[in-house]
Amino acid sequence: MKQAPTPVPPAAGAVPTAAALALGDDALVLSHRLAEWAGNAPVLEEEVALTNIALDLLGQARFLLSLAGDEDELAYLREERAFRNVQLVEQPNGDFAHTIARQLFFSTYQELLFGQLAAGDGPFAPLAGKAVKEVAYHRDHAEHWTLRLGDGTEESHRRTQTALDALWRYTGELFEPVEGLEVDVTALRDGWLTLITKTVRQATLELPTGPQAGAWTAGAGRQGLHTEPFGRMLAEMQHLHRSHPGASW
Amino acid sequence: MVTTRAPLSAPPPTPLEERLRELAGAVPDPELPVVTLAELGVLRGLQMSGPGRVEVELTPTYTGCPAVEAMAADIERVLHEEGIPEVEVRTVLTPAWSTDDITAEGRRKLAEFGVAPPRVSGGGDRSGPVPVSLGIRCPHCGSTDTTLLSRFSSTACKALRRCEACREPFDHFKEL
Repeated sequence: MKQAPTPVPPAAGAVPTAAALALGDDALVLSHRLAEWAGNAPVLEEEVALTNIALDLLGQARFLLSLAGDEDELAYLREERAFRNVQLVEQPNGDFAHTIARQLFFSTYQELLFGQLAAGDGPFAPLAGKAVKEVAYHRDHAEHWTLRLGDGTEESHRRTQTALDALWRYTGELFEPVEGLEVDVTALRDGWLTLITKTVRQATLELPTGPQAGAWTAGAGRQGLHTEPFGRMLAEMQHLHRSHPGASW
Repeated sequence: MVTTRAPLSAPPPTPLEERLRELAGAVPDPELPVVTLAELGVLRGLQMSGPGRVEVELTPTYTGCPAVEAMAADIERVLHEEGIPEVEVRTVLTPAWSTDDITAEGRRKLAEFGVAPPRVSGGGDRSGPVPVSLGIRCPHCGSTDTTLLSRFSSTACKALRRCEACREPFDHFKEL
C-alpha cells in the first residue's frame, strides 16, 4: 500500500504539540481497543459499558488531536512510529480480565493526570476539567470489576492475577515526563500506586512484584516504539480511510 | 434558568437576541426529545455578531457525545427559518457541564419519560460516581428500592437500574 507522508504539524501557538499527541494517542488507541469488544463482550451490559467508555475516549482524542493538527490525518494517515501513545493502551484485549486490568491501570492514571491538569491553567485544562468527571466513572467501573473478578471464583481470580502480572511492566511508562506537560510526576506515581494497591488487595489479589519497565519491549511508546500487536491494530483502524481517501457517510 | 454565566461577554441581550435564544433553547435534545436544549442546560450563549449573523455557544454533556453535531444542525435550521442567514455554533468546554445544569422542569420531564433524573449535588466537590444508591426513585412505580445493573446504559450519560418493587428496568441519568 502506498502511504502518505506522516503529517506532523508544526507547533501551533502555545499548544505543546508533543503532549497533545501523547495524550490524544492514548485516548484514541484505547478507544479503538475497547470498541473491538462491540459484538464480543461477555454480556450485553458490558458491551454497552465498554463501548460507552470508548466513546468518551474518542471525544478526548478528537479534542486533543485537533490541538495538534488535523484530527483525521493524524488518526488515519500516520505510521506506527509516529504514534506517541504508551504501550499499555495498545495491548490486545485478551480475555475480559486483561481488559479490566488495563482499564484499572489506565483509568486510575488518567483520572489523577486530568485532575492535575484541570487544576492548572494550561491548554489542556478545559478538556481535563470536563473529562476528569467522566474518567471517574471509567475508574469506578474498572475497580468494581477488579473486586468482582479477584474476589470471585477461583478461575476469575487466577485470570485476573495473570492479567495484572502481564500488564504490570507497561505501567512504568505512564510516569515518564512528557515534553510540554506540566504535571507533578512523583505525586502522580505515588497517588496511582496507593490507589492500585488498595484495590488489588481488597480484591484478594497480589500487587505484581516485577519491574514496571525495563523489559526490553516496554516503555518507549512515547518515543514511537510500539509492541508487535499495535501494527495490526493500526492496519485495521486505518485501512478504510486509506483505501477510500476522502470518503464520507 | 440554564446557566447564568454569559461567556460571550457582551451588553445585555437585545429583544431579538432574547427571542432567538428562546428559539434555540426550545430545540429538543436529539436523543431525549422530551427535554429541550435549554432544559438540559447545554445552551451557553447567543449573540448577534453582525447583521444577519449570530453566534451560538453550546456545551457537550459528555466529551464524546455524538449528539452535539445534531444539536448544532438543529439550531442552525431553526435560526435560518427565523431569517438569520449566518449561524455559527461553537462548542465550549468551560465551565464543564454538570447534571446540576438540568432545570427543574427538565428533571420533571425526564422522570415522566421514564428516565430517573440525576440527583442534585447542591454544589461543592461532588462530581463522579456516587457509592450509595439512596434516593434513586423508580420512574414507573416510585419505589426507592432500586438496584444498579450497569454503570453505562443506552448512552454514556445514563446508568441501567432495576426496580425491586415493580421489577421494571429503567435508565438513570447519572450525576456528572
